[in-house]
Amino acid sequence: MAHILLRHRDIPDIHRLEVYKKNGGFAAFKNAVTNMKPAEVTDVVKNSGLRGRGGAGFPTGLKWSFIDNKNWPHYVVANADESEPGTFKDREIMEGNPFQFLEGVAIASYAVSANVAYVYLRGEFWQLAEFLDEKIAEMEEAGYLGKNLFGTDYSLKLYTHLGAGAYICGEETALLESIEGKRGQPRVRPPFPPSYGLYGKPTIVNNVETLTNVPLILANGAEWYKNMGTPDSAGVKIFSLSGRVRKPGNYELPFGTTFRELIFTHGGGVQDSRKVKAIMPAGASSSLILVDDEKVLDTPMDYASVRTLGADLGSASVIVVDETVSMDWLVNKTVHFFRHESCGKCTPCREGTYWMSHLTERIHDGRATKADVDLLLIVAKQMQGKCLCALGEFSTMAVVTGIERFRNDFEKVVKA
Amino acid sequence: MSKQITLTIDRRQVTVPEGTLVADAAKMAGIDIPVFCHHPKLEPVGMCRMCLVEIGRPVRDRATGQFVMENGAPKIQFMPKLETACTNKVEEGMVVLTQSEKAAEGQKGTIEFLLTSHPLDCPVCDKGGECPLQNLTMAHGPGKSRFIFDEKMRLDKMVPLGELIWLDRERCIQCARCIRFQDEIAGDSVIGFDDRGRRTQIVSFSEPGFDSVFSGNTTDICPVGALTTTDFRFGARPWELEAHASICTQCPVGCNTTLNTRREAKAGGKIVVKRVMPRQNEEVNEIWICDKGRFAYHYTEGKKRLTRPLARKDGKLLRVSWEAATKLAAENFLKAKKNFVILASGRLSNEDLFNLKSLADHSEGRAYLYSHIGGGELTSLVGVGEGTNFAKMGAGTTIVVIASNLYEEAPIWHLRVKQAAERGATLIVMNPRGTKLDRYASFVVRYAYGDEVKSVQELGKKGRIGDAFLKSENAVILYGSEGLGISGSAAVASACAKLLNDNGFVGKPNNGLIGVWGRANDQGAWEMGFEVEEDLAKVLKGKAVYIVGADPAADDPKLAKALEGAEFVAAQDVMETATTEIADVVLPAQAFTEREGTLTSGERRAQRFYPAVPVTGDAKPDFAITSQIARHMGVILEGTSVSAVFDILAASVKSFEGLNYAKLAEVKPQWPIVGRGDLYYGGTTYENTQGMGAQLSAAAARGEKVSIPRVQREAPPRPKENELLAVPVTKLYDRGTTVLPAELLHERIGDASLILHPDAAKSLGVEAGQAVNVSFNGVSGGAVVKLDDTIPVGVALIPRSMGLAIREPVPLKVK
Amino acid sequence: MSLATKYPKEVKQILSKYPPEHKRSAVMPLLYLAQREEGYLTKTAMQEVAKIVDITETDVAAIVGFYTLYHDKKEGKYRMQVCTDLPCALRGADQFMENLCANLGIKVGETTEDGLITLEAVMCLAACDKAPVFQTQGPDGIKYHENMTVDRTMELIAALKNAGGEAK
Ligand SMILES: Cc1cc2nc3c(=O)[nH]c(=O)nc-3n(C[C@H](O)[C@H](O)[C@H](O)COP(=O)(O)O)c2cc1C
Ligand code: SF4
Ligand code: FES
Repeated sequence: MAHILLRHRDIPDIHRLEVYKKNGGFAAFKNAVTNMKPAEVTDVVKNSGLRGRGGAGFPTGLKWSFIDNKNWPHYVVANADESEPGTFKDREIMEGNPFQFLEGVAIASYAVSANVAYVYLRGEFWQLAEFLDEKIAEMEEAGYLGKNLFGTDYSLKLYTHLGAGAYICGEETALLESIEGKRGQPRVRPPFPPSYGLYGKPTIVNNVETLTNVPLILANGAEWYKNMGTPDSAGVKIFSLSGRVRKPGNYELPFGTTFRELIFTHGGGVQDSRKVKAIMPAGASSSLILVDDEKVLDTPMDYASVRTLGADLGSASVIVVDETVSMDWLVNKTVHFFRHESCGKCTPCREGTYWMSHLTERIHDGRATKADVDLLLIVAKQMQGKCLCALGEFSTMAVVTGIERFRNDFEKVVKA
Repeated sequence: MSKQITLTIDRRQVTVPEGTLVADAAKMAGIDIPVFCHHPKLEPVGMCRMCLVEIGRPVRDRATGQFVMENGAPKIQFMPKLETACTNKVEEGMVVLTQSEKAAEGQKGTIEFLLTSHPLDCPVCDKGGECPLQNLTMAHGPGKSRFIFDEKMRLDKMVPLGELIWLDRERCIQCARCIRFQDEIAGDSVIGFDDRGRRTQIVSFSEPGFDSVFSGNTTDICPVGALTTTDFRFGARPWELEAHASICTQCPVGCNTTLNTRREAKAGGKIVVKRVMPRQNEEVNEIWICDKGRFAYHYTEGKKRLTRPLARKDGKLLRVSWEAATKLAAENFLKAKKNFVILASGRLSNEDLFNLKSLADHSEGRAYLYSHIGGGELTSLVGVGEGTNFAKMGAGTTIVVIASNLYEEAPIWHLRVKQAAERGATLIVMNPRGTKLDRYASFVVRYAYGDEVKSVQELGKKGRIGDAFLKSENAVILYGSEGLGISGSAAVASACAKLLNDNGFVGKPNNGLIGVWGRANDQGAWEMGFEVEEDLAKVLKGKAVYIVGADPAADDPKLAKALEGAEFVAAQDVMETATTEIADVVLPAQAFTEREGTLTSGERRAQRFYPAVPVTGDAKPDFAITSQIARHMGVILEGTSVSAVFDILAASVKSFEGLNYAKLAEVKPQWPIVGRGDLYYGGTTYENTQGMGAQLSAAAARGEKVSIPRVQREAPPRPKENELLAVPVTKLYDRGTTVLPAELLHERIGDASLILHPDAAKSLGVEAGQAVNVSFNGVSGGAVVKLDDTIPVGVALIPRSMGLAIREPVPLKVK
Repeated sequence: MSLATKYPKEVKQILSKYPPEHKRSAVMPLLYLAQREEGYLTKTAMQEVAKIVDITETDVAAIVGFYTLYHDKKEGKYRMQVCTDLPCALRGADQFMENLCANLGIKVGETTEDGLITLEAVMCLAACDKAPVFQTQGPDGIKYHENMTVDRTMELIAALKNAGGEAK
């Protein structure tokens, strides 16, 4: 099947404006601006069943419909922070198929009547930002951005904004703070961005992949999109496959594809033909799926099915963990990540990740006792449900499921 | 009144205004939800996670919008997670459980997390005894820590954020109250968080460090002992302290304060003031005070305190009895007849000033107010009306600030005007140079020094700014003395008063004229009919002078000279001054910390202060000394009971009519609730139990006919070539008698300075920080050059009371 | 020389991205600009950025402290930031880092004697399928180097050395 998002894999040079145009590029945007009302655009996206690809899976059209039309101006922000360990799909989209993404941003902007949109890239994507700036300039030149587009009174400006090394800026309100020139710390919600966003104005924040779906949904219709995937998870998803597989990389597949197909058919199987011990379906934030039964691998990858395994599909960054990996090591890694990235604003996350990292380190170093393992579990659970944003919660997922599902790995390394 | 919402908190029905946060609603009902980051004066952030509670909301039928009923009561749906009481607003029918097992577990968890990195140094911590963390740990925390002590984060414990405020990094719980106070309330974002995660730390990068005149307030609202003042740290334990209600005597705002005292071995077993704390008065200073008010009190305990009456014999000042001293003064005053002159300052209480004025009225003398600002008689005519409260000003009210830099002259007014502007009041800032208030102004008017009156008159004319002013419902004008002498400021006052009066902005709450005076009770003096004189030297020369609470000899060499040529000088003061040194009789007065009395703030609020420490030596309260002198002159003035003096004053000065000490001691319930056992809520600020004072009536409000005298404004002198126009400005930390003794302020006080536009400095060939010599109007001296690119090029600013005696605009030469 | 006089065009262009009443938004791009030459942010640079966007120096420092790609201390001309996060570690990143340290004769966090390279361990760079991976942060911005070996890394370092001459 031809790619819908990673189209550069099928169409060489689609990152060039004329090539993109020749392949139907910007027709959807032009059609929306000249022939559709903003609400109609939102409706198409609503009907397509598109859900956010940033992790939470929130229905995209519904989010757009929440935009507060009593408060102006409106903004659209594309979330290109892509910092979840194991996630590298947005970067490939932007590098390979930039115009489709930018057209998606443009359509979203029209749908919510925003005249300015920002693309927030993680600071490490420095070169990519320069590349996107060029692409934006080309679009301006070609009349796809700027004043009075296609002879209407709709105007749109697009800008990139670089972060500077902070995972938390992927969280949408922290991201907005960051654009505002502040420390990237999450805000209390509610209010949510569609009513109180950038500069306190109604704002739609969407993931890069989410937005990149939009031009083709508009071009081919909601039904076309809905017919792919599963009833609960419409369309296609890019699975970032990493860890102990032979062929790591991005694989664009319909929702509902099984883990087995992803890992073995596309990913070439596990390195050295070892057994899969665990799967992290959503990067470092995931629960650890225990693969003690081959049947687990036959679970379809869609939001609902993955939940039956006691995990969330999240951003679908599938990290494969083989039988040689001990979970005390793995959990120590994830906890270190979260301790490093905790923004420090709320107590449970700031102190909890610090405390957990002492415990996981002690356990991993063999300096701990069994009581420390129990305490680690208690600390993680004590954090759950109490943090200001989801980062704190994320940090506990591998810990809790690691201890609950792989307790042996921890008890093996502690002192008697 | 806003809409009322009824909800249930811990089975109790509570009704509060719409928009109230759950934590505040609980507090109003007497239910304490523990908080750390939440402070009712700050925007909610929900970051410490201390206030976790269970919240249930009634289920509504989607179609009808009505509550779904279950067993005769609305069906309540609880959220799966605990929620923060400090960020959720009340909703009709909401059910809040603050002490359920789940909520208690959440609160305990937060305390345990906070304690993992908190040091165990309570026994040596200044906050010990009034520490919210300590209290809440007792109430809600776990019994013991499961965190290994050796893994505690080790951090610096003595970090100066500036020379006034210290940080203990280990004690900080990252609630950001201090940062948010500085950002939101003070508007000085000079402290912030560095780094992130567990390494998050408070830092200040300003120069000087923690460059804000409000810095001390952060130590009050800090819920742990992380922030302490240089003045108080390691000074005393909170439980040893006694609290005495007082009023700050440093500026016309009249902040309500509490003097904390303790018997001190270091002071030979004497009871001394250990610290000055804000006392809540939401109509005056809310729960804040400025750093000058917090730290400058040291003069009252200064080594140079006068303790005994002295009289000059053979050129030397020798101890005499009170009887002898007052008699000597009285004889000379009587002898002088029409040449008897009283010169008193606004440092004195209403009672003191009243007795002085009465003495002048009942003899042949004249009473002058020692002030550099004129026009005060107008503030009792069209001064702000009863009920005026900056906190109530918002959309519909215009506030004009002319010729004053409130941040330096009356810091708490700066803060309250800023807040009014943020609430929607139209703020018009008129000043020849930039001030910190400009940022919040709707209109900034830059006039040339000398054009004050003209620019005030413009407000009454059509145009963008004039329209904004004329169309408002209420208008208040604060006028000051930036760049002005007595006649200049009097002219401005008259122009402002006329504008207000002509447009009906008088005699009502939140309307009228406010003078930004130099001293705490100048307003009281004006109410009692004191006058000011531009050429004081002329007034003093050859006269029998009774100087009370003022030091003209130090302030101005010309006045020193005039005093030398005086017939007789009696100087009454708290401290030895240059004036007492040349006096014939010296009368030691009690400091405000030692006695009782009232002061009238610039907002015309009479407020009581109370004794806090024992009297120094044989010092007496000023009104009593005056009464004793008067008796020798055959004039009977009340000299024993200060409240009786006030009663007589209230009976004879119309604006005080109906007031008495009991009335001034009245309090009313205030929000936020502070200072009780639950210090975590509002900080260590004191609750007001001893009186919020009462506002005076304005002539305009009493229905008296108001006629505004027209005052001609003389044009300022024209500087010649290679001269600049020097103008006086006011600085918060100056070398004044009541400031300089506080050594910890010396760095902020600095040296005499000459403030120039960078271009002016360039053409003079001088640089910032360079010492230069200046001369003007017979005065000459050294000053350090400072630059300010918002001032006109041909002008040089000279701060008052910094060693260069400048009274009004004059041409100046730089050498 | 000051930012505003040295890069007037860039400063103006950066400011133009944001509503004039929200020029504080420009603080992050301006910090990148200010960091370009020295590789870290001097006090003067922070003061200047503060002035351009009309916030306090403390506010600027708080931002510099929060984000890991801003530095307030001078280190090597290039910061070599190797991802050792979980996905890369599963593909040999820790071993790569160890070997690299051995080859360079420095520990993580240290700078080579010639001042050219500071070696740092960083969190996920969104290149997990191309481990071992690192980025270089230097005068020419941030660049990715993927599917690296120690040999290729040493070649890169040699090239950097030749291209830039000795680091200052
Ligand atoms: C700690 C944290 C990190 C996140 N990081 C990202 C990210 O890197 N990229 C992203 O698109 N969304 C991220 N999100 C999700 C965003 O907050 C937000 O839900 C998303 O951008 C919405 O877009 P969508 O509806 O298109 O998914 C993160 C959320 C959290 C709590
Ligand atoms: S959960 Fe962590 S990242 Fe989120 S606000 Fe709290 S401290 Fe910051
Ligand atoms: S989170 Fe509510 S008081 Fe801090």
